[in-house]
Parts: sequence; C-alpha cells; structure tokens
Amino acid sequence: MTLGLIVDPLFLVPFINGLLLAAVLPAVGAYSRLRGEWLASLSIGQAAAAGIVLGAFLGLPMAAGALLAALVTAPLKTMLGRQDGDDTYAVMLLAGWSIALLLAANTAHGEDLTRGLLQGQIYFTGTSHLAGIAAAVVAVAVLLPRVSSRLLLGRFFPEHFRANGIDKPRHELVFDMLAAVALALAAAVVGVMGAFALVFVPPWVAFRFARGWRRTVAWSAALGVVAHLASFALAIALDQPYGPVLVGTLLLMSVARAIARD
Amino acid sequence: MGDGDHGSDAVNGERPLLVVDALIVGYAQPVAGPVSFAIGRGEIVGLAGSNGSGKTTLLNAIIGRARIFSGHIECDRSAGVSLLRQFPVRLPEMPLSGSELLRAAGAADAGVPPPLRALLDARLDTLSGGQYQLLQVWACLGSAASLVMLDEPTNNMDPQAVAALAELLVASRQHGKGVLVVSHDTQLLEHVCTRVVEVRR
Repeated sequence: MTLGLIVDPLFLVPFINGLLLAAVLPAVGAYSRLRGEWLASLSIGQAAAAGIVLGAFLGLPMAAGALLAALVTAPLKTMLGRQDGDDTYAVMLLAGWSIALLLAANTAHGEDLTRGLLQGQIYFTGTSHLAGIAAAVVAVAVLLPRVSSRLLLGRFFPEHFRANGIDKPRHELVFDMLAAVALALAAAVVGVMGAFALVFVPPWVAFRFARGWRRTVAWSAALGVVAHLASFALAIALDQPYGPVLVGTLLLMSVARAIARD
Repeated sequence: MGDGDHGSDAVNGERPLLVVDALIVGYAQPVAGPVSFAIGRGEIVGLAGSNGSGKTTLLNAIIGRARIFSGHIECDRSAGVSLLRQFPVRLPEMPLSGSELLRAAGAADAGVPPPLRALLDARLDTLSGGQYQLLQVWACLGSAASLVMLDEPTNNMDPQAVAALAELLVASRQHGKGVLVVSHDTQLLEHVCTRVVEVRR
C-alpha cells in the first residue's frame, strides 16, 4: 500500500469510523479514569469480543454481537458496582477472554475472527458501522454532559446519593451503557486492545497536565484524534495492521506524560 | 441526653430536618447509643465522643449504611442532604479545579468565602490537605442541601484552617442550614455548636 491510499474513497469510511471512535472513547475514558474504572473498560472490551464471536456463531454481524454483549455487561457492572474493588472486573475480563477464544476455536473462520479482534478490522468497516458509531457519538455527546456533574459528585462524595435516599442512581447506568456501547463498537473496529488503549492512554496523559476537567476531557479527545491520524497514515504507508500501530502510537504519545508538570 | 429529649430549640412550628430518637446502631453488634437529638434549620449540633465511640457509625446509620438495633430516625431528605465523609476521596491525580468541584456539588462560585477564593482555579491535587478539606467542607455547606453532616471536618487542618472552618460553620446558621458536626475537637464543638451530644458505646 502507498500513502496515496489514505485519500482513496475506499478508505474514507474506515478513516471516519476510526476518527469518531478516537474522539469519543478518550472522552469516555477520562470519566472511567476519574472513577478508577479503567480495568472495567478492558473487561467490557473483552466481553464485547466474546459477543462478536458468539454473534458469528449465531450468524450476526460483528457490531451486533459486540453491542449485545455490551448491553448485557453494562447493567451487570452497574449492579455489581465496586464491592470487591477491581476483582469483579478482573473476573469479567478473564471470562470474556476464555469465552471468546473457546467459541472462536469452535467456529468456522475462528482464526480470522481472533486475528480481527487482536488487530482490529478497520479497513473492512463500512457505512453500517458508520451509522452505529455515529449514533453512539451522538448519544455520548448528548448524554455525557448531562450526567457529568452527577458523575463528578458521586466520585468525590460517594455517599451523596445514598444520603439523599437514592440507592441506585440512574446516571451510573447511563454512563456504563454509554461506555459499553462505545467500547463494543470500538472492539469490532480497532480490536480489543486498540479500544482499550483509546480509553486508557489519552486520559492517562491528559490527567498529568490538563488544568480543569473540561480541558482534561478535551485534551483526551484531541490526543485520541491525533493518534488516529498518525496511525492511519502510518499503517497504510508501512502496510501494517492498524490496531497495533494505534496502540504503539498512543504509547509513544504517553511519553508526554513523563515530561509534563515535573 | 436522655431518650425523648431531642433538645431541638428550633421547633417554632417548623419540622426538624433530622430527628434521632433513642437510637442504638452498629453492624453485627450494637456499637453506639442510645442517643437522641434533633436538628432544625439554623442549628449546629455536635456529636462528641472518644475514638471508637461510634460517632461515624451513627452517621452511617442516618444514611442507611449501618444497622439500627432500636430507636428510629426521621430525616427530611426532600430538603437535600450533604455529607462530608471522615476521609474525603483524594486521588493521586485530580485534574479538576476547585471551582469545578464546587459546581459539581452545587455550591455556587459566587458565595465562596474569601479564604477559599484563591483555591478556585487550582488543580485539586495541588492543594494541601487542609486546603482540600476546607474546600470539601464548603462544597457541602455551600450546596443547596438543608441538612449538612460533617464527619471530622478538622482532619488535616492547621489552627488557621480550623479557624476558617469555624467561620464557615457559624455563617451557615444564617443561611438556615441544619448542621451535624462529628468531631473529637471539643474546642471547635463548644465554639460553633448550638448544643453538643455525647456518644457512648
């Protein structure tokens, strides 16, 4: 492949799919990091991977399988909460990994599926993915600002809602659903680790130097977008799989964290 | 204070924000009580007692996190309740500004007392323990909640910060809030509270 392929209409939709995810996942990730739930992001991504393979088993499209898994996992996560610290998330992660690989081993094209989940399938995504991702972006853009204050309040004053007679605040489920849907779509497009890296690394960097919460969220999204632009170009120019290039690029960007504010 | 004597002098036909009546609370076993008190608007009630006397357990019972063995609690949650925990959440990295923390808690920037104004633009993780604690106290007192419960608000505070805290508490009475202060600092309680209730095991 050559660099000229970046502007090829064939790559335009995959490029936009990645761009939207690269903007929205780090914004969601900033809240996950503040809530101390970055491991939960990985476990939901892995659950989505299991959903993708199960979906393939049942003849469903990748994104549909991922979404189904996310819609099961998110309420489960909300319900279980953090009563055992990160233990619950670790169990969810291991269960997702085990189920995904066992199903793949017993599915036609299982190896292709597993490779797709590892590397991402961005070049094979089309307008149907775009519709789903655009819907998720709109949902996040509309709902996240609405629950933002309550998420921050719940983080710094954990007993606030209980003290006011609210045992299961609705904004928790709203956030978990948004995060799960975004992660599921991303797992189907950029692979499980690519999705996790977009949730984890940009906020990890932004938390180091951003002054103020809005700026932290904005910086996270901007870093994700820059990583996508660089990775998409590099992956095509060097004829490499997009997912690992994206993760590598994000890790290189994380050097900024080491030099910021010290 | 004996059972049935709630000690609220803020009745005036107004329903108390919190009534604790002959309450015995704990977890697997009773930890504290019996204790009775009431808080009306404009009152500050102190809960005093030695370490391990069950003061925090009593707060936990009020918010439903500890078991009530006998007695009862009436809490007017419709007026809003704000709670500062004994050890406020303090993360290694907190990119929020002081102003953003207050906004999230519903405490408007406009009424922020002078000692806190310099903290509004700073990242939370750059504040000292005492500054962070004072900001958290104001997030509770400056919120719309009518009932404010503060568990050991003097934690991490130097004498200057404790003096600032006392000013905030006294000012809160004028805003019609009812405040429950749990503290081992008897000097503070005697200075700011309308009355002090001793909690015993």
